[in-house]
Amino acid sequence: MNVIRVMTGNEACAEGALAAGLSFFAGYPITPSSEIAEELAELLPCAEGVFIQMEDELASIGAVIGASLTGAKAMTATSGPGFSLMQENIGYAIMAEVPCVIVNVMRGGPSTGLPTLPSQGDVMQARWGTHGDHQIIALAPYSVIEIFDLTIRAFNLAEKYRTPVILLLDEILAHVSEKVVLSDTAVRVIIDRIIPQEAPEAYLPYRYTQNLIPPMAPFGSGYRYHVTGLAHDETGFPTNDPVEIEKLLFRLQDKIIRNRDDIVQVEEFLLEDAEIGIISYGSSARSCRHAIRQLRAQGVRVGMLRLITIWPFANVKVEKWTKNIGKWYVVEMNMGQIAREVEAAAHGDATIFGIRQINGEPINPEFICQKIKDGLNV
Amino acid sequence: MFEYEKYIRKNKFPLVWCSGCGDGIVLKALLRAIDSIGLEKENVCMVSGIGCSSRLTGYVDCNTLHTTHGRAITFATGIKMAKPELNVIVITGDGDATAIGGNHYIHAARRNIDLTVIIFNNFIYGMTGGQVSPTTPVGMLASTAPFGNMENTFNISGLAQAAGASFVARGTVYHTVMLEKLIKKAILKNGFSVVEVLSPCPTAFGRRNKSGTIIDMMNEQKDNCVTSARAERMSERELEGKTVIGELVNIDRPECSKQYRKLIERCRSGL
Repeated sequence: MNVIRVMTGNEACAEGALAAGLSFFAGYPITPSSEIAEELAELLPCAEGVFIQMEDELASIGAVIGASLTGAKAMTATSGPGFSLMQENIGYAIMAEVPCVIVNVMRGGPSTGLPTLPSQGDVMQARWGTHGDHQIIALAPYSVIEIFDLTIRAFNLAEKYRTPVILLLDEILAHVSEKVVLSDTAVRVIIDRIIPQEAPEAYLPYRYTQNLIPPMAPFGSGYRYHVTGLAHDETGFPTNDPVEIEKLLFRLQDKIIRNRDDIVQVEEFLLEDAEIGIISYGSSARSCRHAIRQLRAQGVRVGMLRLITIWPFANVKVEKWTKNIGKWYVVEMNMGQIAREVEAAAHGDATIFGIRQINGEPINPEFICQKIKDGLNV
Repeated sequence: MFEYEKYIRKNKFPLVWCSGCGDGIVLKALLRAIDSIGLEKENVCMVSGIGCSSRLTGYVDCNTLHTTHGRAITFATGIKMAKPELNVIVITGDGDATAIGGNHYIHAARRNIDLTVIIFNNFIYGMTGGQVSPTTPVGMLASTAPFGNMENTFNISGLAQAAGASFVARGTVYHTVMLEKLIKKAILKNGFSVVEVLSPCPTAFGRRNKSGTIIDMMNEQKDNCVTSARAERMSERELEGKTVIGELVNIDRPECSKQYRKLIERCRSGL
């Protein structure tokens, strides 16, 4: 049975996580994400899960990785400054292949910046915040109900691909209240990590399986093995063998890249007959939707390619649509972090303009309409 | 006769540690303590950070986790809270636990979470080549203190005591029988337990400071240490320059993971 509720984005995130099977949350207070922790502090013990407020964000992500290694579905939530502090251990979770979800409710930066105001300035931090060559999965919902659904999806992808998944919200989405219709729990798809079938003696924790994702034994289940952030071979122990190092790093890359089609989601909104395209994501895409309706009412045929998965980047879709439509606007609350990705994917086939705002105010639809109309007169 | 082989990953030998390093002695004492308690290897989880001592986890046949610098206690906290039935032992060093990881160290003590933290105090950053650490004694040389350390030092055990740990002890690699007993008590204690082990580093500390051979360094431990029981009968003047070893704190306080289970029970019964 569907359930109708009114909730904020942060509440939807907490409830989505529980629906996905969350059993461990560790976090540190930070605006504008704190309500996720507050919600879970109340709900988790009643669901026989663990909530713990740690001493900082370094500790929060550490505890999340530790809990995940025991088999728990684990999550933390933070904002820009805290997200920066988590970067080293996000890399650890990538290297040691520990599933977990990191929610980053973006606020204005750099530094302490604008704690109570929205931004989309952490898109590149999500991609390259931790050191070394790596792949990352990042999702960007644009409504309260989509936060609920994509929080579940974030857990599913983390479990399926044994990797940290970053959920990028922003201050607007976190705090806006919307009516949501929650789907029947019976139809929700919940994915759990694959556990080994072989006997403990035969278990290779980082085995090169055909799908590139080794089954994961929870600590304390009889499989005694070693986990390290050092480069390691199939046994999980450190190695300096160049062949083994390359095998590992390419497997970590390929398990994401080869599954792009499964991971990357976009919404194609009124693109079929469009002469002008918009690429946007998160709360900015809400304004774009509104602007597109206004512009179409005035006879300007505009459509939108909305990025739901931010990383890995939707290269294939962007390539395809920039071949069909020659003029594009990338609308984002930063100085063009995704616009550069779009330019690279378009290979010069289309002209790319940015509509940007970084002053703590949301990009409103009128601003977008005006920019696009100004462009018509040029 | 104690069978070490039951607990070690023999194919990972030889050990990474330098000859004369005290860390192997701590490994031995730790394994003997685990054996004397009769812990099942499946139920033991060892978590380490970064540094010489932290490489220990690779050699023990149990659930082992080699984490990032300073963060071992945070990973261990997640493990203990999520699966309280595991015996979680943290392996760390003076730099790992009290410099980069100092905040986690005092907060885990405050929380009184049931972890056993073995801190290998060698007074130096050994793995990175002998840089000054928070426990390098004043005046001693280090590669980043070429004119002698000018800064005051941390008292590792005192820090844990002040922050609220249930069990705190200090041992040395010379007093091996005592060390095994202290580790055993620490594991059995329900609450945050610390064993600070003075483990001399002949390579990065001893050579630069002309401390002599490892035998000399261990003899110094023998001559310089007094047990906590004896120290109680000594005056402040008599204790000057001495290192107190043995059990320092043993108190009972509510333990974090158990308190949380009680909360779950409370929620279940709707109170």
